[in-house]
Amino acid sequence: MTEAVSGLAERFTALLGPGGVVTDPVRLATYECDGLTNHRARPALVVLPDDGAQIAEIVRACVAAGVPYVARGSGTGLSGGALPRTDGVLIVTSRLRRVLEVDVPNQRAVVEPGVINLDVSRAVRADGYYFAPDPSSQQICSVGGNVAENSGGAHCLKYGFTAHHVLSCEVVTPEGEVVELRADDPGYDLLGVFVGAEGTLGIATKVTVKLTRLPETVQTLLAAFDSIERGGTAVSAIIGAGVVPAAIEMMDALSIEAAEASVACGYPPGAGAVLIVELDGPAAEVEHQFAQIRALCEEAGAFEIRVAADDAARALIWRGRKSAFAAVGRISPAYLVQDGVIPRTALPRVLARIDALSAESGVRVANVFHAGDGNLHPLVLFDDAEPGAAERAEQVSGAILDLCIEHGGSITGEHGVGVDKARYMPRMFTATDLDTMQMVRCGFDPAGLCNPGKIYPTPRLCGEAPGVRKGVHPLVEQGKADLF
Amino acid sequence: MATARTALEKVCGDVRADAEHGLTAAPASVEEAAAVMRAAAEHGLAVLPQGAGTRAHWGPPARRRDLVLDTRRLDRLVEHAAGDLVVKAEAGLPMGRLAAALAERGQRLALDADPASTVGGTVATGAAGPLRLLYGTPRDLVIGLTLVRADGEIARSGGKVVKNVAGYDLGRLFAGSYGTLGLIVEATFRLHPRPAVSAYVTASYTDPDAAHAAVQAVLHSPVHPSAVEVAAGGGGIAVGVLAEGATDRSGAVAALLGPGASADASPPAWWGRRPGGGILIEVTGRPTDLPRLLRAAPALAWSASGHGWTALPEDADPAPLLAALRAIGGAVVRTGPARVMQGPDVWGPLPALPLMRRVKDQFDPGHRLSPGRFAGGI
Ligand SMILES: Cc1cc2nc3c(=O)[nH]c(=O)nc-3n(C[C@H](O)[C@H](O)[C@H](O)COP(=O)(O)OP(=O)(O)OC[C@H]3O[C@@H](n4cnc5c(N)ncnc54)[C@H](O)[C@@H]3O)c2cc1C
Repeated sequence: MTEAVSGLAERFTALLGPGGVVTDPVRLATYECDGLTNHRARPALVVLPDDGAQIAEIVRACVAAGVPYVARGSGTGLSGGALPRTDGVLIVTSRLRRVLEVDVPNQRAVVEPGVINLDVSRAVRADGYYFAPDPSSQQICSVGGNVAENSGGAHCLKYGFTAHHVLSCEVVTPEGEVVELRADDPGYDLLGVFVGAEGTLGIATKVTVKLTRLPETVQTLLAAFDSIERGGTAVSAIIGAGVVPAAIEMMDALSIEAAEASVACGYPPGAGAVLIVELDGPAAEVEHQFAQIRALCEEAGAFEIRVAADDAARALIWRGRKSAFAAVGRISPAYLVQDGVIPRTALPRVLARIDALSAESGVRVANVFHAGDGNLHPLVLFDDAEPGAAERAEQVSGAILDLCIEHGGSITGEHGVGVDKARYMPRMFTATDLDTMQMVRCGFDPAGLCNPGKIYPTPRLCGEAPGVRKGVHPLVEQGKADLF
Repeated sequence: MATARTALEKVCGDVRADAEHGLTAAPASVEEAAAVMRAAAEHGLAVLPQGAGTRAHWGPPARRRDLVLDTRRLDRLVEHAAGDLVVKAEAGLPMGRLAAALAERGQRLALDADPASTVGGTVATGAAGPLRLLYGTPRDLVIGLTLVRADGEIARSGGKVVKNVAGYDLGRLFAGSYGTLGLIVEATFRLHPRPAVSAYVTASYTDPDAAHAAVQAVLHSPVHPSAVEVAAGGGGIAVGVLAEGATDRSGAVAALLGPGASADASPPAWWGRRPGGGILIEVTGRPTDLPRLLRAAPALAWSASGHGWTALPEDADPAPLLAALRAIGGAVVRTGPARVMQGPDVWGPLPALPLMRRVKDQFDPGHRLSPGRFAGGI
């Protein structure tokens, strides 16, 4: 522990009490990583504040001492966004779990950042409302983490992402000021850029979220195809017909096999791909569109279509999809979860290329994806006991991102850049693009202490005037050499 | 100025000068626009980006203006990927032309844009209409942006896929920034299918509480409206609901609005209209602020999500109304005579102003982009 940090430890103990400060190495180890376990760093100090005012004090003390700090919600992030600094403070929001206000007439709720995503919906369900962003991790991830990652879920096809469901945030800025960023206020939409900034522009201490009316009806269908191509054709046909379902999810044969082995979801045997389509909304509307979708799936060659008759049947259909990540653990000792995006019309082409990559390298890839918006989650399987296997898997996983970029897509649709994908940013953006984005960061965090080292491979020196670059960082240079 | 003009003429095929407007440059490509911005930077020119000028008189006038950058020759529809529900267009393309091209493929950009306004102007002013209830404003629909910085560098953020969290979202930052952070040269939008059926269900009320009760009934029902609008002024209070989709839901909506509600396939005359008057005020509040706003404002056009407009005659003193509105929610004067627009009372409280200034200083350290046009004198 450096002198600066031990000074902070004393201050924070006075502020939070001994129970609010973690210095014991064994306990510190539990905070070494988020959901992406291959990046690890033991924080110098962990603090567990009770409210926003304490967070502001902690940040101000860190800034005064020149010590970097990182916010952490539930630690389920999949890009190392909450990866601590060994020389810094990790500020954990797990004690900020109060739903402060539910305002049904105004369709909003005010919550603390550590509140679990699903608990927002639980608090308002009886009133006929819910919080629409539904990441698969919603039973454990925090609203603060959702804000930072601009998280989405299967249903964001129709309902949008966290950015569309946050009305305002009380924020402790990287310099320790407390400011309310509201979507409605005149001036720059700083809330708009704060959401999705992966905790690099300050710490949210209160979040006002929009509540969405529960739909009158929900209908869910499972369609089985003999190939991914046929499934892809069905997706294009549905979108082409002007229908926007709540969700369109697809799984390939390998991920079906894994899900079957794990949760016995009973999907139609012999399916090369299954499509899960969910419609929700006014009853007449859903009924009409459901018939349309059914017909389109049949036309595209679905050999079996199942319709969920009730909530239990719906849960069964979703069980296979929702268990897919964990289930892959049953058929492979280890795997990487990739997150990339392509224009949905490129789906068949890109999937064929992923197949080819897999065949060439001998690395198995299971495909699970949010087909409606082209968000791929290829699971790259490997045996961590086999020398070189992890590296080969890593290569295939990276090559999949290159495919996404080549087809006009993105290196991440929902898991964020974090530390994991910073090195891929120069493949998607030019040095000037990245420099321009970081102007925002320099405006918020001139000292560069708030979650440093995330998103951008090369930090911008905030003192520099725009446009006067003195040489390019070697990493960027390499990135560019890769790209062009 | 003569040397600046020569420098601009070297890089841009359309440079004009006249006594009233000073210098105007109209680049026809992104590269040309970047060259113009670079030349302006070299010569220290204050630049005012402008599209069709439909909102040029909105906001305080620029403190300084050496060059108008006219985007209207940047009018290409770059790519309409209909199967992906995405369109990319240059900043000067009129929204009406864009809408017509999208309609050919059964799609729309759900912003109720003024057909004469341009893509860049729509994004830069955050312009949206009644559909904002369901679809939001440009910040919610822009998925990619190309901009030219104050120093003439071209930068992009986002992309052409709807789901994308790689890097900061400059599209949201630039939406509503009124030309003070950089020049928007291209924008990529998320599109929606055009609905097969549209029904406008309207009813009128005399009592603000009754109108509010009707609006709340619709908002909390499962009819899933695309827009819920209120128009008041000159006596009655009209409430209108737009229900769109594959089927006709006007019956269910009419039942919620009460006896006297009627349905039509086309919008009522007042739909999406701002109240007239020399002083135009943009109003924000919570949905339940509606009755108080109806009582406070002489005329009101209100979208139920919490956004609206009121107006006063040109010679009125807006201070009392602004104070009343700000005791409820927010109020910003968008147009008015010079004495109002150059006064201190245009914006109301701006808690995040210091942060905004720091962001501005990063993007435009010389304060040459639309200086004075924005919140807090930015
Ligand atoms: C099994 C599984 C399934 C998942 N499925 C999805 C999915 O479907 N969709 C999806 O989008 N994501 C998914 N994720 C990823 C992850 O759950 C989300 O990114 C989630 O929003 C992270 O929340 P968290 O509380 O765990 O944040 P953390 O992991 O603790 O932190 C994430 C980032 O947020 C920052 N942060 C945390 N709190 C704050 C705050 N108060 N203010 C500012 N910054 C803050 C951190 O610094 C970090 O950069 C999944 C993860 C797992 C493990």
